[in-house]
Amino acid sequence: MTEEVAIVGVGCTGFKPVTPDVSYKELMFEAATRAYQDAGNINPRKDVDAFVTCAEDYWEGHSIFDEFVPDQLGAALRHLFTVSSDGMIGLATAYMLIKTGEFNTVVVEAHSKLSDVITFTDIVNFALDPIFNRPLGGHPHYIAGLEMTRFLHETGNTREQCAQVVVKNRKNALGNPYAAHGTHITVEDVLRSEPYFHPLNRLDISPVADGGIVMVLASENAAQKLTDKPIWVRGIGWNSDTSWPESREWGRAVYAELAADMAYKTAGIRNPRKEVDFAEVDDSFSFKELQHLEALKLCGRGEAGKLTEQGETEIDGALPINASGGLLGIGYAIEASGLHRVLETVLQLRGEAGKHQICDAKTGVAQIWRGVPTATGAVAVLGTEVR
Amino acid sequence: MFGKKRVAVVGAGLTLFRRYMKETGREMCYEAAKMALDSAGLRLKDIESVAYGSAPDAFDGIHMKGENMTDGSGAWRKPFSRVYVGGGTGVFTADAGWWHVASGLFDTCLVVAEEKMSPCQPHPAQAFTTIFDPIMDRPHGTTLIWIFSLEMHRYMHVHGIKKEQIALVSVKNKRNALDHPCAQLGAKITVEDVLNSEIMCWPVQRLDISPTSDGAAAIVLASEDVAKKITDNPVWIDGVGWCIDSTYWTNRDLYYPDYVECAARMAYKMAGIKNPPKEIDVAEPYDPFDYKELHHMEGLLLCKKGEAPKLTEEGVTQRDGDLPINPSGGLLGVGNPIAAAGLMKVCEIFWQLRGEAGKRQVPGDPRTGLAQAWGDLMQYGSVIVMRR
Amino acid sequence: MSKKKIEECKWAGEEVKSADIREGKVLTVGYRPKAKYVWSTGIAMSRFLKELKNGKIIASTCNKCGRIMVPPRMFCEQCFKPTDGWTYVKDTATINTYSVSFIGGDASRLKEPIIVVVVDLDGASPGMGILHTMREIDWKKVKFGMKVKAVWKPEKERTGAITDIKYFKPL
Repeated sequence: MTEEVAIVGVGCTGFKPVTPDVSYKELMFEAATRAYQDAGNINPRKDVDAFVTCAEDYWEGHSIFDEFVPDQLGAALRHLFTVSSDGMIGLATAYMLIKTGEFNTVVVEAHSKLSDVITFTDIVNFALDPIFNRPLGGHPHYIAGLEMTRFLHETGNTREQCAQVVVKNRKNALGNPYAAHGTHITVEDVLRSEPYFHPLNRLDISPVADGGIVMVLASENAAQKLTDKPIWVRGIGWNSDTSWPESREWGRAVYAELAADMAYKTAGIRNPRKEVDFAEVDDSFSFKELQHLEALKLCGRGEAGKLTEQGETEIDGALPINASGGLLGIGYAIEASGLHRVLETVLQLRGEAGKHQICDAKTGVAQIWRGVPTATGAVAVLGTEVR
Repeated sequence: MFGKKRVAVVGAGLTLFRRYMKETGREMCYEAAKMALDSAGLRLKDIESVAYGSAPDAFDGIHMKGENMTDGSGAWRKPFSRVYVGGGTGVFTADAGWWHVASGLFDTCLVVAEEKMSPCQPHPAQAFTTIFDPIMDRPHGTTLIWIFSLEMHRYMHVHGIKKEQIALVSVKNKRNALDHPCAQLGAKITVEDVLNSEIMCWPVQRLDISPTSDGAAAIVLASEDVAKKITDNPVWIDGVGWCIDSTYWTNRDLYYPDYVECAARMAYKMAGIKNPPKEIDVAEPYDPFDYKELHHMEGLLLCKKGEAPKLTEEGVTQRDGDLPINPSGGLLGVGNPIAAAGLMKVCEIFWQLRGEAGKRQVPGDPRTGLAQAWGDLMQYGSVIVMRR
Repeated sequence: MSKKKIEECKWAGEEVKSADIREGKVLTVGYRPKAKYVWSTGIAMSRFLKELKNGKIIASTCNKCGRIMVPPRMFCEQCFKPTDGWTYVKDTATINTYSVSFIGGDASRLKEPIIVVVVDLDGASPGMGILHTMREIDWKKVKFGMKVKAVWKPEKERTGAITDIKYFKPL
């Protein structure tokens, strides 16, 4: 029997630039408490079959970070494990567990406490290959700059169109109570901000934020008892392109294309542009939103910039993209970034997105990339209907 | 049957385990993965997904090290995920591979576990200081051996176990390892050798512990239909289990691993096992220290609490005994590249159940085996039950 | 399809010795990461550390299971609910388990061994132990269940850390 998988509860602490008054444990406890209550008041000590957390040691400053997570999620002496990957791949893992038929209710968690990290850039650099890339020195985000140059060159999208993404998303974030970095800026502001990694300027890059998210997933059977607004995971895909930056096709987000193919196939989506109502994509660097739109086949190659210019991707446009504010507006939250793409998609589909609600949202796509220097990403297709 | 699809192990591969290997982490992944594919007669294009496992990034000196290992693990342009539960990772990665196939999403999954500890200078043991709580534990200068010895001492005290009894495990496993082609520390030692070895942190002595190592292991998983086309001798994954206990390890009584029992019960329930000592023919529990083999035998419900030393004394856990434990030579003998060591145990059960373990083969045509790993701050248990 | 017998396999891996590395016979690349963190201690541990500075040990309480918990926490992990209050516990305790370290953190041999203990604090729930060290006793005389007492740093030297307790000594 093929049971479908639904998201039945979500809990978020909101995202802020710093959170000095709470420890990461207290942040996780708040997110978990909210999620369990949202999921029909489940008791994690009794009602949850497995817990999936997503974290990387060096973001936290502790080795074997999963040691420190069970208590605040209600998972002490329970079936919990850590996936060292983005929250959306944690979600994919929970999806697989439920699909085996052996688990009915699975919890997924991810958080960011980047304000605890003093040497953020050094740690990003620490992810580069130690033999071939690190010895070159410099700030690792030059890799994103290289990619942007190639992408604009190959597709004909323009620098100004990338800046428009920033303007749109940071404005959208003003209507999102969870967002840390909502503000009114102009294209000129973006183009005149300090050059960082040509052609990326300071304002092209998402600022970081702290926050935690917990989600509860359930099988079809269990979902019906927990909520009257289940959001169905119609399809999920994830993919890793080569770990050698030198061997990549710099103009394309191949990981996103392949992850999308996988997700669309399961979801039965043949014409994404027609069948998808909105999307929450990775815009950690401004150009990434355009690159990902094209990779998700939500528009043709080279068209994403024009779509943005024409206002099609605004909240009231034909294809709202990042109505939540995206990573540029909410804040870059390491492993929690993918989960907040999913969270915003879920809120839209439930009609609970408040000021940034899109009308008639029935099918949404959430997408994430793991950031420099990886070529790993995931895509989820969520809907109000099972099929 | 459990899971949407029945899952079988159809191939296995292992590199040598050594203190320093020339190969980089991704090269070791490749070697183990290639061997596993070859043993199953498969090519990389037959693999639909990759489940990878490795323990602290601090050893390799690469943040998000899983991303660096994707190509070496055969995951180029494939769905790849890394699981990480401390020392429990090796066996848990096999559990992760199970759900990739049992969910019906993929027909095949390549499971790779790798550890390269040698890059950490001046000694990998120092990377372990970062696993401790920064407020309560780190300020004392806590080392890994401190917490193991605290647990060992508590176990010995509650059950009145003597060091001589525990040393028998080290003697057995290092001797078993002499028959393992990849072993780092196979040796003929005696109980006296163990008792005379350098005291590290009483009651732990040098010959009670396993070494740091570099190494990699891999297995290939396939759904039932596909497995039957690949081999006449698939080994079925009939049960998986995992459990984590509270972070507050100083609030727990360390004499018994509740988390191993919890993980074992999860796996036994799935596998329909009601009487473990009778139904399990061969077991590979995690043995980074000799007392852990005993501790885990009890947690796995293979004997009563406090009874494991007696079974060892009576020879029950030898290869030709009634319940062979760690016929591979375990971590004590083969080596301890953390995640790879756990998956090495899964490889061993695979070979044992197929009668392919050569000089290490336990007699009597074993049909049901289990592997178990342990990790974190005396917190994690991961279990896999396999059947022919 | 070729399926090799396990015995016929060539096992991959080339061993090198530490001398090879030291003498440059094997090429290596070195790197020293800059990984610095300042962790917010949060509500529970901030209070704990402040009380240590005052020479006191504080615990959190849960009304549902009735436990008195050290280290204190804002949530009871057994009941999964916020903890309800605070209470002081004594600085005397019982040894739950102990070990004696002859090796330093850098793998060198120590002249004076370190006695490492987990001590269950009086006034807290049974088994509520903390990790610490013990002095003023010959390591061979330490026993399970022994009663011990904290030896504190003088007030002006305390900084709000677990090391404000210098060590535990026999009672």
